[in-house]
Amino acid sequence: MSNYFEILRAGINTTFQDNGRKNLYHIGVPFSGAMDQRNFRLANSIAGNKPHFPVIEFAYQGPLIKYIGDEINFVITGDVIFKIIKGDKEIQGNCYENYSIKDGDEIDIISTNKSVYGYLAINGEFDLKFQWGSCSTNTKAMIGSNNGEKFKSKQRFEIKKINSNRIGKKMNYINSKIEKIRVIKGTNFDYFSDQGKKIFFEKEFTVSKLTDRMGMRLEGPKIENVVNTNIRSEGLIKGVIQVPADGNPIIMLSDHGTIGGYPKIGVVISADYDRLVQLSPGSKIKFQEINLSDAETLFKLYEMETQNLISQI
Amino acid sequence: MIKNISNLGDTALYCDFGDEVNKDINSQVIKYFRSLKGRNIEGIINLTPSYNKLIVSFDLNKINFKGIKKLIENENVNEINENFVKKIEIPICCEDTFALDIKRLESKLFLKREKIYESFFEKEYFCYMTGFIAGMPFLGDLEKNLRLNRLDTPRVKVPKGSVGLTEQFANIYTYESPGGWNIIGNTPLKIFDSSKEKSPNLINPGDTIKFKKISLEEYGNFNE
Repeated sequence: MSNYFEILRAGINTTFQDNGRKNLYHIGVPFSGAMDQRNFRLANSIAGNKPHFPVIEFAYQGPLIKYIGDEINFVITGDVIFKIIKGDKEIQGNCYENYSIKDGDEIDIISTNKSVYGYLAINGEFDLKFQWGSCSTNTKAMIGSNNGEKFKSKQRFEIKKINSNRIGKKMNYINSKIEKIRVIKGTNFDYFSDQGKKIFFEKEFTVSKLTDRMGMRLEGPKIENVVNTNIRSEGLIKGVIQVPADGNPIIMLSDHGTIGGYPKIGVVISADYDRLVQLSPGSKIKFQEINLSDAETLFKLYEMETQNLISQI
Repeated sequence: MIKNISNLGDTALYCDFGDEVNKDINSQVIKYFRSLKGRNIEGIINLTPSYNKLIVSFDLNKINFKGIKKLIENENVNEINENFVKKIEIPICCEDTFALDIKRLESKLFLKREKIYESFFEKEYFCYMTGFIAGMPFLGDLEKNLRLNRLDTPRVKVPKGSVGLTEQFANIYTYESPGGWNIIGNTPLKIFDSSKEKSPNLINPGDTIKFKKISLEEYGNFNE
């Protein structure tokens, strides 16, 4: 008998993700992978998988899934409201805790709570297509599992392997909100007027609705450019903050175009990236300048914290 | 040669080869790119060559800016092996259904379309870089009489295979994407093929491209 997830409702932007693709920027293929890498790794660790196993990533409203097959466990991470439906019985789910489901049970991922992304891992392996060593779906380039597309209603995803029972394995973790995003000055920082630089580090910006896996557009006071609003197109990395002619910053996220031609005012530090991507439209943020060596130390601390969380499971 | 090395955030190194865009500077960039790529250096996760810059991004768990900088400064760059460089012919059909912006070009450049195509097809082009979207080649340099800015308002959807012009460059939309280049035709050739993991790009930096005009019928009957 085969085991599978049947998608009764797809959710807004549900895809398979893992830790992304390397060494492809030069041909124009972005990194992709789970947006919030910490919650992605925690999902796998609680489910008893290797940290970089493919998981289901959802944004805002998640999928409604019917499970068919032998008993399995699943865990959801992030700040997510969900319930498990077993016949007439409904159980409110807690994140970071393994649940057992049997043939015919349903998982209803109602929404993320004042955040954007959540993750669902199982104690097993989905049967997925890998491209360049990653299953991560990039819907813009149509690359990765599920033919490079988002989940659609009525689809089925086969589970090819179920591992040992993980019931009882859980952890306590609260996702902290970030208000000050720390950034290192960008390579075109001096393209902006003194007033523009001051605005960038002192004023509040709002995350706009034009935000997806490729980029986060911000609204707020305009940042004035006094040199040139275009540069020769050059490489980008995730976290780069570009400011086009309209003066509104755009932050490059995991599915970003690999090259761009707008001046770079700053780059979000690696330690703050996971919490940055969880800011939903309407959230207010401020930028704070930091130097490279402090950013490196903060990343080490962030990484140690993640490792500690994993070791406590 | 690299004029300046700086950090781009905490996970990338930014190599500046100068302000100009020309084949010599770009060849330097490509030389460094190939040399570093060939060595598979532990910790480097991406190399992005462009007209006159090279960005090296790395895994901060394995190496940091200081370490990478030392590596790059001590890099002995090999000469480009000419065998790497390919000459590729790209068929394009320039019928009205594909040449979405030919009228704009005629009126802005004060040239008749015959003259535009004559100038365009006469030249061989050099691939400076690929990217933005998967496999998109940035080719140069267009004759001076063909140089024009982007559209005032970019298209939300540029059809797959479209060949566009902007400033001194031509590009090819490897799949449907937003974009603001002036479209003069469309190629039936697959420029990016994600099923070929080893070499998904037909055109790579350093390659030479010659365009060939084909009829609507040849376009329709095209078999790769």
